[in-house]
Formats: sequence, structure tokens, C-alpha cells
Amino acid sequence: MFENIDLTKLIFGRLTWDAIPIHEPILVGTFAVVALGGLMLVGAVTRYGLWGYLWREWFTTVDHKRIGIMYMILGVVMLLRGFADAIMMRIQQAMAFNGSEGYLNAHHYDQIFTAHGVIMIFFVAMPLVTGLMNYIVPLQIGARDVSFPFLNNFSFWMTTGGAVLLMMSLFLGEFARTGWLAYPPLSGAEHSPGVGVDYYIWSLQVAGVGTTLSGINLICTIVKMRAPGMTMMKMPVFVWTSLCTNVLIVATFPVLTATLVLLSLDRYVGTNFFTSDLGGNPMMYVNLIWIWGHPEVYILILPVFGIFSEIAATFSGKRLFGYTSMVYATVVITILSYLVWLHHFFTMGSGASVNSFFGITTMIISIPTGAKVFNWLFTMYRGRIRFELPMMWTVAFMLTFVIGGMTGVLLAVPPADFVLHNSLFLVAHFHNVIIGGVVYGLFAGMIYWFPKAFGFRLDPFWGKVSFWGWVLGFYFAFMPLYVLGLMGVTRRLRVFDDPSLQIWFLIAGFGAFLILVGIVAFLIQIVVSIARREQLRDTTGDPWNGRTLEWATSSPPPDYNFAFTPVVHDNDAWWDMKRRGYRRPLEGFKPIHMPSNTGTGVILAGLSVVLSFGLIWYMWWLAALSFVAIIGVAIAHTFNYDHGFYIAENEVVGTETERTKLLAASGVNA
Amino acid sequence: MSRFRLLALAPLTLMLGGCDFVVLNPAGDIAVQQRDLVVISTVLMLLIIVPVMALTVFFAWKYREANEPADYDPDWNHSTYLELVIWAAPLLIIICLGAVTWMWTHLLDPYRSLDRVTHEQPVAAEVKPLEVEVVALDWKWLFIYPEHGIATVNEMAAPVDRPIRFRLTATSVMNAFYVPALAGMIYAMPGMETTLHGVINKSGTYTGFSANYSGDGFSGMRFAFHGLDEGGFEKWLAAVRVEGGALDRATYLELAKPSENEPVRRYATVEPQLFRLIRDRCAEPGKMCMDEMMAIDASGGLGLAGINLLQPPDDKGAAARSALFGPKATAVTGICTTEEAMAARQTTSAPRPADRQPLLGAGLPRPPFTSFTSPKIDASLLRSLSGT
Repeated sequence: MFENIDLTKLIFGRLTWDAIPIHEPILVGTFAVVALGGLMLVGAVTRYGLWGYLWREWFTTVDHKRIGIMYMILGVVMLLRGFADAIMMRIQQAMAFNGSEGYLNAHHYDQIFTAHGVIMIFFVAMPLVTGLMNYIVPLQIGARDVSFPFLNNFSFWMTTGGAVLLMMSLFLGEFARTGWLAYPPLSGAEHSPGVGVDYYIWSLQVAGVGTTLSGINLICTIVKMRAPGMTMMKMPVFVWTSLCTNVLIVATFPVLTATLVLLSLDRYVGTNFFTSDLGGNPMMYVNLIWIWGHPEVYILILPVFGIFSEIAATFSGKRLFGYTSMVYATVVITILSYLVWLHHFFTMGSGASVNSFFGITTMIISIPTGAKVFNWLFTMYRGRIRFELPMMWTVAFMLTFVIGGMTGVLLAVPPADFVLHNSLFLVAHFHNVIIGGVVYGLFAGMIYWFPKAFGFRLDPFWGKVSFWGWVLGFYFAFMPLYVLGLMGVTRRLRVFDDPSLQIWFLIAGFGAFLILVGIVAFLIQIVVSIARREQLRDTTGDPWNGRTLEWATSSPPPDYNFAFTPVVHDNDAWWDMKRRGYRRPLEGFKPIHMPSNTGTGVILAGLSVVLSFGLIWYMWWLAALSFVAIIGVAIAHTFNYDHGFYIAENEVVGTETERTKLLAASGVNA
Repeated sequence: MSRFRLLALAPLTLMLGGCDFVVLNPAGDIAVQQRDLVVISTVLMLLIIVPVMALTVFFAWKYREANEPADYDPDWNHSTYLELVIWAAPLLIIICLGAVTWMWTHLLDPYRSLDRVTHEQPVAAEVKPLEVEVVALDWKWLFIYPEHGIATVNEMAAPVDRPIRFRLTATSVMNAFYVPALAGMIYAMPGMETTLHGVINKSGTYTGFSANYSGDGFSGMRFAFHGLDEGGFEKWLAAVRVEGGALDRATYLELAKPSENEPVRRYATVEPQLFRLIRDRCAEPGKMCMDEMMAIDASGGLGLAGINLLQPPDDKGAAARSALFGPKATAVTGICTTEEAMAARQTTSAPRPADRQPLLGAGLPRPPFTSFTSPKIDASLLRSLSGT
């Protein structure tokens, strides 16, 4: 009975030596560099005996601030990978003319553009946005942590688990070759039989759990944990936009999960949801994935709108213009973002009435968005604008984003979309709004809040190099793509036959190198700032003359954020407190209850990665074992009664006295 | 000074001049109208974008910290008039643009047959559009001319100023059919049919390609679109008829196998109904066509007997192409031959069961082992639904 069973296959599934891409010199080289770098990092951590510290203080932490910082590190590391993909594409497209095949074969190139999209959206933009929300939202609402600190840790590690799976595909097997949304039938079992699409599915599923849970967590935090006096209409705009974003996350990520489940059912058990035969319908997938995909765009941009609102008000030294209309604009965008998904496929042949309905709803979104731009504009009006780095990014955003908005509305006109859809014009458009909006905003936010997180500012010189690298790089890299789109050049092409196009790809490639300068300068900026941290030190906790509550506490904030929960009377709570001569209480401290760290999040996420690995490679024993282990660990965690501990009164007094001394030394009253 | 600045822009204009902005300068009336719409929408939006950008720069400069004399009003944060303008200005633009969109989306609907050849020349009453059936294969384009009984691969031609009606489908994955000089794109999808109308107004050779990524050979999925005058088109047809072979189902199945950078092929004869067979996914002999399957299902289905129609997996490759735990790649056997099905379609419409209560297979007895009874459907409701 058992003589037919292939033992190797039983143990290793479809994993064979062929899965290791030793025939791809680029990948071998990358692997060597990554392995060497990884070994050095592990070696250094071991040499300095940091494993215990990292495990106790970081990996298992439930402190929203540390989790926020870990999200940011994840996002920046993945940015390097995603950008490496981008520059490889740019080089390939700049080379592949006049009969040249370039240097990438189709198998490799198709993985690269798929991975670029997936990484940049899911593992760069999402962690960076979530990280900032995680760090800043509790501080801005005067809370000590998020509602569910353990869940927060678990969410982070699930997101990281997804990223680990995706990175694994680089050296073991392959990634999807389907484009970042993996449209069937191309992503079905028949046309993508390899492990690529399975890596895609499982890395998004694992990361998606993290994103959804973190969304729930932040909604609860914002709704339930605001400081006394902070009514909904007194929340900082960043908190408002975070709330709307997390509502979008909770409402749409389950759609993504369900869609991917249907696709995996097609691939694993032979259902026919999205196949061409036997009653399947691939158009259904395209609809479902964009019902998630379009709100996803607003999930990324809304918090960034919030960041710009905070920065514009702070650096103009002025109240935000039109707070109420800003809030309503955000809410309107949130609702409308569900009603526009079909504009991603006008060319699929829906009738004219359907197309014009979705075209017009899309245009309507530009009204609240336009109102927002005007609000930032009139925030600057009659202000005293300090052109520090965050404000420079904000002005660059306002100038760049409106161009992207304009081309976006143009693409919302269905007959215009018929000639521009899937062209490089479209590619230029969404990079225009994602780089010119999300990325600029994330840099502005990172630089703005960096002193809050670490107690010293970022070096302005390297910051300016990075700024100009990104801004000029963006224009050089993407304006040529608008031009190429008007010449009817479509996206995802690997080779070209019209030599007159080459010059534009060369310019775009040059732009990508400028962006590289921007990224390298950003990393140098961090290193230089750490080296010069004493000169850049901020002892006041309020380096920019801020307006919201996060600036009321020290930089970095103590574990408990606020020794006394602040009481809010005005929109710009901290500005209002400063103006009314707020004096920091110096006595009457009490012990503070804090949640305990736990390793369960790391363990569960690690097991999820193993489970996914087993499912991707058909190692059923491994999948079964890790599934049982996940359930076991989850149940065991419910018996963990170590819910928290108290920070003793004298410890709080010590921390606060330290701060009093620092404030006195820097000459700040109170 | 300003003269020199303009001179510095000269290389740019040279560069732009050397390029073919086909989307902005197309050769077909539909694409021309779409281009106009691109321009109109852009101008409408520039009405608001340009002032915003100018104001951004102006405010950023005027209210910089170093500019001490500028007004500073740290508490000014509301103005009802300004708010009204802020919301109304984009609203007005969008009302205009929305009206334009509604109108032109209907006028330029790809399914709508053309009523004009150019803006001054309506379609003459006796002119029938040229029918072209387009199939996206892995990774090449097949064009079938039912009117002329010919077919080509990666090359198509059309007479100038005669409306063209494309019917499109695909064999395996999604592609988008796009000839920028002629008209906007439309997806070509397996098991489905889309339609596109267009007309070419200037003779010349234009590029067409797939505008939706479809796998390894996607970059090479390009074809030449020849706009020819009446005589040229006849000559082209004659050339195809002379040098072309025959495209029957066997040749088609051979052609459908994935291949990259295919050269131009011409076929003097085409199996009749080939496009329909491809669209209904039954070009392989013995496979049941989708429309037939749907007709059977619409009239109640075959019940459990339908299972017997599943073919055994066709070849060794089937296992590799199938889902892991699912049934191996298979097909449903056709009940009648294509010819019979065609004949039936022409003579009678499929009989619908007169009494749908209980809902059972068309004319099949209830399988003996089902223990439950179908839920009773209110007959009056059914009647009102079917409108009888």
C-alpha cells in the first residue's frame, strides 16, 4: 500500500534543489550580500550580547512607541528592497532597445515588477503609515498606550511575517509573475503552476491579519481612550484621518482576505470561482480585488493628509484653517472611496452608464480633496512660515500632488481612460500621487516626529540633500513616463522596438538614480544625526513649538507617556495649554499600571510563517504541525494571567524630576 | 536674457518634435474625439490647478518667517465666504466635467456603432461596418475577417473611412486590444466577448499591441495595423488569398500553443464559426460549448447525469495544470456536434420547461436516492417573474 509513496516528496513537498536560483547570477550576488550583511548583524548582536536586550525590550514589547519604531524600521528596510526592484526595472527598460533583450529575462523581470508593487504598497507604505499612527495617535490623544497592547505586538509581527515570506521567495523558488494584483486566469493554477502566486497569497494573508487587527486596535484606541475634554471635534486632524483610515482598513481588508481565499481555493482544491471554464468568472476577481484596492489607496493617503495638516499649522505658527471642513472632507473621502472601484477597469467593457457613474463618483472625490489643498493653502496665509525640512516636504507635496490629482481626474473620464489606461501615463499618475503624496508625507512625518521618538533632531543638511534627491528625482523619473504614455507606450513591457523612445527611458533612469541619492542621503542623515546627537539634542520635548499633546511630554516620552492625563479644552491642546501658562505638576505622582511584555506575538507570527511555508511548498506535515501549534499557543496564551505591573511611585518621581531638571537647564518655564 | 532661456529649451522641443505623440495626434475619428476629451478635461482642470500652484508658491514666499512686514494672524482659521469658495470652485469644475463625462462616455461607448466617419462626414446609409473578429492568444493576435473568409496573425488591414466593428475574445488569459491611432483599448477576455467600434481616416501603417500584461511573451504581442485605400485593401485581400493556407480547427489548436514574437501569418480560408467556438471555449473537438452549457443550465440543468459528461483528463500535462486536490483538468463533453448545435440554434430556440415545479433537470427523472423534496415555489410568483 505504501510502496508508491515518495518519501522525499512527502517530506519536502515540491521543494527541490532546482528551487534555489543558482543559475541567476544577480540573485546569487544579492544572496551573497544579504547573507554577509545578515551574518555581520547577527555576529555583532551576539558579540555585544544584545539578544537578551532585544528580546526583552523590543521583540516582546507591548509599548506602542517601540512597536511604532519597529514598524518604521521594517518599512525603511523594505523600501531598500522595493527600490532595488525599481532601479532594476528602470535599467532594463533603458537598455532593451534596438534588438537588445536588456539584462533581465522575462521570468526574472516579471517577478521584479510584481514584487516592486507588492512590496511598496504592503511592506513599505503600510508599515510606515501604521508605524506613525501607532507612535503618534496615543500621544496625541493623551493616552498611555493603545487599547490592546498585546494585539498591537502581534499585528506588527504578522506584518513582518508577511515580509519575511516575500523575501524568502527571492532565494527559494520564485515570486508571482502576474502583476501586483495577480489577476486570474493568469494567476490561476493553469497559467501560474509554480510557487510564485502561493508566496504572493500567503504573504498577503499573513500580513493582512496584522493590518486588520491593528486597524481594530487603533479604532478602539481613538474612540475609547481620548483624554478628558477631547471631544470628537477637538481631536487633532491626524487622529481624525487615522480614525478614517482604520475604519477603511477594517471594512476592506476582509474583502482582500476573502478574495485571496477564493483564489487559493481555485489553486488548491480546484474550485472554479475565477477560472475561464466551468462557470468561473475572472471579472469577479477584478471587481473584488479593487473593492479592497481602491479604499487601500485612501488608507495610505488619508493619514498623510493628517500629517501635512499638523505640519502646515505648526510651521506656519497658526491654527489650521477650516478644521471642520477638513474633518468633513476626510469623512466624505472615506465614504466615497467605496464607490469608485470600477474606474480601475473602465476598459473591461461595462456599459456606458456604469462607466460614467463610476467616473463621476471618482471626480466627486476631488472636491473634498481640493478643499483640503485650499485649507493648507489658507493655513499658510498670514502665517509665519519656518522652512524647516517638514515644511519643505509639505510645500513640495502641495505642488506635486495637485498634478497627480489632475491626471487622476483625467483618467476618471472613461473615454480618456480608454486611450491612457495601462499606459505609462497611468504609471506616472499613481507614482505622482503615491510618491508626491504618501512618500513625501511619510518623510515629512518621520522628520517631524523623529525628535519626539529619539530626543534629538535629524541633521538638516543631509535632510536637504535627501529632499532634493527625492523631489528632483521624482520629476525626472516620472514626467518622462507621462510623455511616453501620450505616445501610447504601455506598462510592464520588457523590450521595445521603437528606438526614438529610448531617450525618455534614459531620463527616467536618471531620475531613479536621483531618488537613490535621496534614499542614501536619508540613511546618511540618520547615521550623521546619531553621531551628532548631542548638538541636535532636544531637551524641551517641544522642538518645533508644537500644537498638539505629543509635544507636552518629554522626548523620548517616558514608558507611561503622561504622568498625569492631560485635560483638553481646545483643538490645539498643547498650544492652548502653553498660551494659558500651563505649569507642569511637580508632585502628587501615583504608581502607574502598565501592561506586561509577552513573546506570544513573535511565536504566533513565526508559526504562521512556517504554516505558510508548508502550504506554499506542499509540505503537509509541516503545515499541519504548525497549524496545531498556532492553536495550542493561542490557547496557552489565554492562561497568561500576567496582565500588567505597576511602575512604582518613586520611579515616576525620578523620571519626572529628571525632566524638570532638563527643562530648567534649557530655560523653559515649568 | 529671456531669449537665451528660450534657446535653452530648444533641445527639448527638438526632442519632442522627433516623437510620435500618437495619443495626441491619432488617425482615427474615435481616437480623435478621445484626444479632444483629454484636452478639454485638462484645460478645465488647469483652471483651478494653475491658481492653486501659483498661490502655493506665492503664500510660501510671502509669509516666510524672514518677511517681517507680512501680516501674521495666528488665530485666523475660519472664513465662511472663503469656505464657500473652496468647496464651490472645485464643485463647479466637476459639474462641468461630470456633464462632459456623462455625454461623451455614452457617445464614445465602444459598443455603440458609429454614425460618423469624421466630424463632417456621416456614415452613409448603405455602408456596413467591416466585421473583424479578434482573438488574443498566448502571445499573438489572430484576426478573422468573416466577410472575406480570411484570417491573419499579427497583421491586420482595414479600408480608410469604413467603420470597423471588432468582436474580441481571448483563448487563455486577459489582454487588452489597443491601436492608439485608431481608438481606445478594450479588454479581450477568455470565455467572453467584447466589442469595439472604430474607423481609420488616414492611410498608413500603425502599431497595435496588447495593453494588459499577459505573461512571458507579452512584450512581443505587437501587430501592424494597415490603413489602406479601397484598392489597396482589395490588393491586400487578394495577396492573403494567394499566399495564405487554411485555418481549420487543427491549425488553430496548433497556433494556440504559447509562442513568442510570432511572425505575420496569413490564411486564405477559415473554418466557419471559428470565433464562436473559441469564445465558447469549444474549439477542441468534443468539448461542450459554453452557450450550450448555459442553455442547459438555464432550463434546469442535467442533474446528476451531468457528471457523466466530464471527460477523463485529456493529456499528461493536465495534472500539472490543475489544482492540487481538485479534479484534474477536464472538460465537459458536448452532447451534440457543433454542426448540430448550430443548426438547432438557427431553427428553434431552446425549449424552456413549461412547469418548473419542482425545479428539476430538463426532462430528467428525479434521481431515486434524493431523500428531500425541493422547496415549493409559489407558482403565482414564478408566473409574475416570467411575465406570463
